[in-house]
Amino acid sequence: MLEIKDLHAQVNGSEILNGVTLRVNAGEVHAIMGPNGSGKSTLAQVLAGRETYDVTKGEVLFDGKNLLEMDPEERAREGLFMAFQYPVEIPGVSNTYFLKSALNAIRKHRGQDELDAIEFLQLVKERMKLVEMDESLLNRPVNEGFSGGEKKRNEIFHMAVLEPRLAILDETDSGLDIDALRIVADGVNKLKRKDNAIIVVTHYQRLLNYIIPDYVHVLVDGRIVKSGSKELALELEEKGYDWVKEKAEVEEAR
Amino acid sequence: MSTATNTIEQLANREYKWGFITDIDADSAPKGLNEEIIRFISLKKNEPDWLLEWRLRAYRHWLTMKEPRWANVKYHTIDYQDIIYYSAPKRKARPKSLAEVDPELLKTYEKLGISLQEQERLAGVAVDAVFDSVSVATTFKEKLAELGIIFCSFSEAVQDHPDLVRKYLGSVVPYTDNFFASLNSAVFTDGSFCYIPKGVRCPMELSTYFRINAANTGQFERTLIVAEEGSYVSYLEGCTAPMRDENQLHAAVVELIAVGENAHIKYSTVQNWYPGDAEGRGGIYNFVTKRGKCIGRNSRISWTQVETGSAITWKYPSVILQGENSVGEFYSVAVTNNHQQADTGTKMIHLGKNTRSTIVSKGISAGFGQNSYRGLVDIKKGAANARNFSQCDSLLLGDKCGAHTFPYIEVRNNTARVEHEASTSKIGEDQIFYCKQRGLSTEDAVNMIVNGFCKEVFRELPMEFAVEAQKLLGISLEGSVG
Amino acid sequence: MKSITEQAAWYQSVFDALEKSLNGEAQSGFHVLRKKALNRFKEMGFPTTRNEEWKFTNITPLATTPFTPVPAGTVARIAPSAVKHYLIPEAHSLVFVDGHFSRDLSTIGEMPDGVIVCSLAEASRRHAALLERELARHAPGEENSFVALNTAFSLDGAFVSIPDGVRLTEPVHMLFLSTGKPQALIPPRNLFLVGAEGQVSLVETYAALNDGVYFTNVVSELLAGEGALIEHDKLQNESRSSYHISWTHIVQQARSTVTSNLVAMGGSIARSNITTVFEGEKGLCTLNGLTLAAGTQLIDNHTTIDHASPHCESHELYKAVLDGKAHGVFNGKIFVRKDAQKTDAKQTNQTLLLSDDAVIDTKPQLEIFADDVKCTHGATVGQLDADQIFYLRSRGLNLLQAKDMLTFAFAADVVHRIHVESLRERLVSLIHDKLHEGRISS
Repeated sequence: MLEIKDLHAQVNGSEILNGVTLRVNAGEVHAIMGPNGSGKSTLAQVLAGRETYDVTKGEVLFDGKNLLEMDPEERAREGLFMAFQYPVEIPGVSNTYFLKSALNAIRKHRGQDELDAIEFLQLVKERMKLVEMDESLLNRPVNEGFSGGEKKRNEIFHMAVLEPRLAILDETDSGLDIDALRIVADGVNKLKRKDNAIIVVTHYQRLLNYIIPDYVHVLVDGRIVKSGSKELALELEEKGYDWVKEKAEVEEAR
Repeated sequence: MSTATNTIEQLANREYKWGFITDIDADSAPKGLNEEIIRFISLKKNEPDWLLEWRLRAYRHWLTMKEPRWANVKYHTIDYQDIIYYSAPKRKARPKSLAEVDPELLKTYEKLGISLQEQERLAGVAVDAVFDSVSVATTFKEKLAELGIIFCSFSEAVQDHPDLVRKYLGSVVPYTDNFFASLNSAVFTDGSFCYIPKGVRCPMELSTYFRINAANTGQFERTLIVAEEGSYVSYLEGCTAPMRDENQLHAAVVELIAVGENAHIKYSTVQNWYPGDAEGRGGIYNFVTKRGKCIGRNSRISWTQVETGSAITWKYPSVILQGENSVGEFYSVAVTNNHQQADTGTKMIHLGKNTRSTIVSKGISAGFGQNSYRGLVDIKKGAANARNFSQCDSLLLGDKCGAHTFPYIEVRNNTARVEHEASTSKIGEDQIFYCKQRGLSTEDAVNMIVNGFCKEVFRELPMEFAVEAQKLLGISLEGSVG
Repeated sequence: MKSITEQAAWYQSVFDALEKSLNGEAQSGFHVLRKKALNRFKEMGFPTTRNEEWKFTNITPLATTPFTPVPAGTVARIAPSAVKHYLIPEAHSLVFVDGHFSRDLSTIGEMPDGVIVCSLAEASRRHAALLERELARHAPGEENSFVALNTAFSLDGAFVSIPDGVRLTEPVHMLFLSTGKPQALIPPRNLFLVGAEGQVSLVETYAALNDGVYFTNVVSELLAGEGALIEHDKLQNESRSSYHISWTHIVQQARSTVTSNLVAMGGSIARSNITTVFEGEKGLCTLNGLTLAAGTQLIDNHTTIDHASPHCESHELYKAVLDGKAHGVFNGKIFVRKDAQKTDAKQTNQTLLLSDDAVIDTKPQLEIFADDVKCTHGATVGQLDADQIFYLRSRGLNLLQAKDMLTFAFAADVVHRIHVESLRERLVSLIHDKLHEGRISS
């Protein structure tokens, strides 16, 4: 479904991604872990099409199409979703209105009929339950005045409504207490299907107790230095990132 | 950023949708202004002597005045002798029904999307359409008359209700008020008149459309709305103008009088006069004096305006809060794109005890647009416990435009409480990216964010107007975000 | 002296007399500037309320009084003991009496290498080149009557120069004392030059030994070099019959930090103008102000922050407490020029009206020509918060005590931002006195 080949990206001339190669198939959950500043969030943002980053080398195919040539909204309409680490506030625009416009833009792209207000409301009510969202958040402006936990829940709620083929969760666990973490993770698990895939970007292992990854990749200095099964995450938790870093350096020296 | 900018620029290059000229023979006065012209206008309109005298006094006063230059707008000098002060569509007699109205005219309205027939059949909106200077048709008049509501063109009111006109004309905006108001008082040709008797809630939104059509015609309407004790009226004014290269002058005067206790007048404007082309050629000069007076206890006047058009907007809908507990409100969205300039705001003059006012102003600047909020909150000595809250927010789209705030706060009573807040911001790139990540186009993202910014004002507009206003906003801003 | 012509003629005659007393100095380059300034003043005359900048401040009583500078030889002798009370113990002090520098009353301690602290008259003899380059080059004399008038008549003032990289640990205090001599024109001219990375605290105090209808017309120019760190405090506590008009013009180079604290409480008509211009990127400017006015005082504060460069930050807090029949005026302009992206400007203006007859005219003003900026202003006018009063009363204070406490807290908020310790302490007691006075008179 997603194929990243030797991806290099920089911001203001400094290299952040230094040759990332990764393949994600439908039905898989991948975790990308790494120390602060390793380029995890950059990778997520580059995949979503943030213009702050310049891709200098490499290729990304999404269902065989060149992802890097697409505008951010095209990627979204093709089924790529990113849950923001810092969800953005949009004053005066209600959450439902926003989501309805987004969903209909995506449906139109897929050749589906737009949902009318009633159909949309039914869908929303049903999906809200997945993340135990308070109904009052629907009519409030997008993310404005939401608590940190509410914002993260709202992201997963958007995901539930938009039903992406590939969801990238960028540090969705940061700022969540243990109950909220469980709710968010449960929501994600319920959305997991044979024909979609999830990339979980995280610093800590704890989210992976709830969202069990099929693969774990360790990103250091803009490159994946180690890949493995879910046990790798536990090992990292125990030994810290310095352990992989050192190993990577040793391997490089050879 | 670059993609967003490009899209906006493409949007900006869209042309004015309402630029078409109606081909009708006009019955016009020669160019220029003198006492003869004023007598000509007055004669054409079969006016009583007192009104002619009033016009002449205004004219003589105007001659002693200088055009004001304090506003934050720049424009070519207006040659007041190069304007036609009277232009009426030729017609056989006064139309008694829509069937008698010139079909050319009706077509014009259809292009604007306000077909009178349809309005009459479908909507609960009575339209008093002002085409150039003379009112063409009035709908729903009979239904309103049953309630004792008078809603007619200003000329008709002069003929049919001279006492009311004489009593209230100039009572809020005297003919000496300011340069443009004096000019209007001397040469106004038509407008609307509305009278709501005691205890009557007007069951429908009253609406007027103004059009400036004939080339080089100044448009000088005069609107007068009087609300008696316990009455309520919501009045809508919508303006569009066809494309012309020369700048056309529009100097209207609107007077609102909430006479009795609990009288409530709500006046909403969507102004979409031709703003000039992308290079700043042409466009309407809109110099308007709008003022209301709350005389009765607990009376209330609300101004809501969405100003997306005109090359120059100079306009300060104000409220004199005389009655105890009276309330004044001003909700405004002003958009300047390309080379448009707006200097707009309000004056809240607090005279009575416990008077309250609210000001919410949203200025949006794009292209080379210059947008100024200019407001006065004046708490006079006797206005014990007066309250004002003002909020002025500016949104800048692009780095060649400007946003300016000139709030004057003058407080003469120590029990008053005045709060003013202003902020300036731009649309965040992160906001646009967030919207795009959810599948929205840049254009939709900008529209959505700007409409969100204006929400507090739009929710004050009657429903159908709010929808139109949102659409207009989108069209006006086409080509603007960076 | 009602007409502009009469006023112009008067100041021409005063100037002619001054010129005669100058002897050889009348040939100097600076005197050419003086003459030019006088002519400019005569062209402009005093501003009237028709001028937007003076809309709320009617200075007719000032304009129609014939003021004259106090000749050097006639300045009253003051005992050091009479001055001590006004001084800041930890500071280098330059004392001026009726506009003339008094060596006897001044105490200037040892200075680090290259630091100059002296009177402007002395500087014009010893540092002529420096003055030639900077003096009267920054304040807007061309468009401003009072700056022109000051330039025409100023003979003395303070001169402080801090070289690159030098930090002067002690504050420099300039005390301008008036003897209350009727119709005295006191036109001090101050010039402060702070080099790159230089640091200094400057304090200007205006006070009077006796009440009198005199007129202080001061201009200060402050140049902050790259990375300089400067505090400029001004206490305006002139006598109650006097007039005080001041222009402080600040120019900030890149990365400089300037904090200006103004406390204005004296004069019958007092107007202070503080302007800062960011000439380089990443500058930071903080303007704090407090007006305390009672009786029939008119105290007017105008500030202008000109964001002429990108990435600069400004914070402004101006407060006023008005009692009796006092009239307060505030006008705060913030300009953000076309390319001044990433500007961050915040302005707050708060007024407390303590009496029925006190009035305020306030006009915060934003003019913005760049889009990537954060600019906000807020203005409030009102009384003390009823909930706060109730809270204090519920804890046992009486109404008057509660009001006093809250009013003092409102005012002291500005004073607490001053870093010169003994000035801060002195201000605290002055505010106490002033608030007390207001209460009795109303």
